[in-house]
Amino acid sequence: MNDEKIQQYGDELYEAFVSRRAIRPLLEREPDITIEDAYKIQERFVARRVAAGEKIIGKKIGATSKPVQDFLGVYQPDFGMLLSGMVYTEGDTIDLGKLIQPKAEAELAFVLKADLQGPGITAMDVIRATDYVLPCFEIVDSRITDWKIKIQDTVADNASCGVYVLGKTKGDPRKLDITLAGMVLEKNGELFSTGVGAAVQGSPANAVAWLANTLGELGIPFKAGEVILSGSQSALVPVVDGDELVCTVGGLGSCRVKFSGRSAA
Amino acid sequence: MSMNITLSREDVVRLAERVEGAQTRAYAIPKLTDEYPDMTIGDGYAVQLELRKRFLAAGHRQVGWKAGLTSKAKMIQMGVNVPSIGFLTDRMSRPESSAISTSDLVHPRVECEVAFVMKKTLQGPGCNAADVLAATDYVLPAVEIIDSRFSGFKFDLPSVVADNGSSARFVGGGRARYAEDLDLRTLGVVMEKNGEIVTMGASAAVLGHPAEAIAMLVNILAELGENLPAGSFVMSGGITEAVAVKPGDSIVARFQELGSVSMRFV
Repeated sequence: MNDEKIQQYGDELYEAFVSRRAIRPLLEREPDITIEDAYKIQERFVARRVAAGEKIIGKKIGATSKPVQDFLGVYQPDFGMLLSGMVYTEGDTIDLGKLIQPKAEAELAFVLKADLQGPGITAMDVIRATDYVLPCFEIVDSRITDWKIKIQDTVADNASCGVYVLGKTKGDPRKLDITLAGMVLEKNGELFSTGVGAAVQGSPANAVAWLANTLGELGIPFKAGEVILSGSQSALVPVVDGDELVCTVGGLGSCRVKFSGRSAA
Repeated sequence: MSMNITLSREDVVRLAERVEGAQTRAYAIPKLTDEYPDMTIGDGYAVQLELRKRFLAAGHRQVGWKAGLTSKAKMIQMGVNVPSIGFLTDRMSRPESSAISTSDLVHPRVECEVAFVMKKTLQGPGCNAADVLAATDYVLPAVEIIDSRFSGFKFDLPSVVADNGSSARFVGGGRARYAEDLDLRTLGVVMEKNGEIVTMGASAAVLGHPAEAIAMLVNILAELGENLPAGSFVMSGGITEAVAVKPGDSIVARFQELGSVSMRFV
């Protein structure tokens, strides 16, 4: 795919993000898009957001667990960039009016205290470089109509990242068993689903190592202080006005978030 | 739940003999409601208690109880909407890390559970989760090997209750822990078969909290005119869906804070 088209699709996704009007799947229009092309489109989309004033403050790993892979029909992980305009904190209410077709995922977030430069990074390096972990929600959103995405579409669309919410309870992965920590997700006071850290590539640390190595191949390091969202441990939860979600990580703590307003779709 | 009994004494004995034969000689039978379509849950428990009487008369020792069909995943998998209970005997117990024979089972499946050992007797009705925790000596991880004696694992609630809740074998192990030292609601669980993760979840999958399942069990026992004696070993129900096993399979159930329980099937 030539640079002109990459720029065009990146711009189209940015416009969709700003106007909250979803666009047709890219793969329907360009059946030959490779995953590499898709990451270049993502780079353009993200560059437009940075040019408009946001900063890159971390990374997210997507499509890591079976329920999410089944939903997407995508059977490999992918990644996207976390931007400063995406951040919410525990207890905040998320305005759905800023999103198109949001769904929530319960995850573990890693905050790094040291740089990590792949390739060659193991799960042990990830633990060594981790300052702390937090329970969190990622609210995924698709700029592609009706979530009709293949891997190339979601990659180009910044791994379908919407916004994210970090909990306040910090956990030390040298004390907390991040692999076996249970994940209990409640919606409006009722149990919605349960999961466990191992749902993400056998352990969330494996997923973070995978991303360090994947980005390393592209010459991109993890920087100390960055937030890495390690991938969903739950099924995708659709959210509407008035919904309240709580996720609780066993041995760590909870993250609570409310939603108000109406999303575009 | 109504414990209304509609079967005659003769029918209860006849069905208990039928289930005992299927359990002892490991063959599948049609579900009991094919012949007795009006059978109630109360009839199911009457057959189960008759079955227990026969086992105890043969020298088996009852060691406790199990709650079954306590998670949404299990209820959906089995097409029922109320939990059930079944009795456990010494003959069903297998040691951790042992080889478990499948030749005396019909179509075994394994599931991960949190088990409780009681230090005080509990009497329903009105038993709640706090009562259960106060009466608990310790908790431990367990794997239950269930084995419906009904063809194709197809059954309804009266039939499965009569079949002692599909109880077959169980393995307790891992680490014994005080319940008050743990958050029993959020324990993560992973089941591996032959080194591969096959199912996982967290303990809230069992009625929101495993102690709720034990309270429910105590309240069902009260309807049957029984209590849960001190010293009982009680399994609270599968956190994960049940996974089929065959000879040559190796199972490891890994529990947050409770260690692991392993076994192999021959």
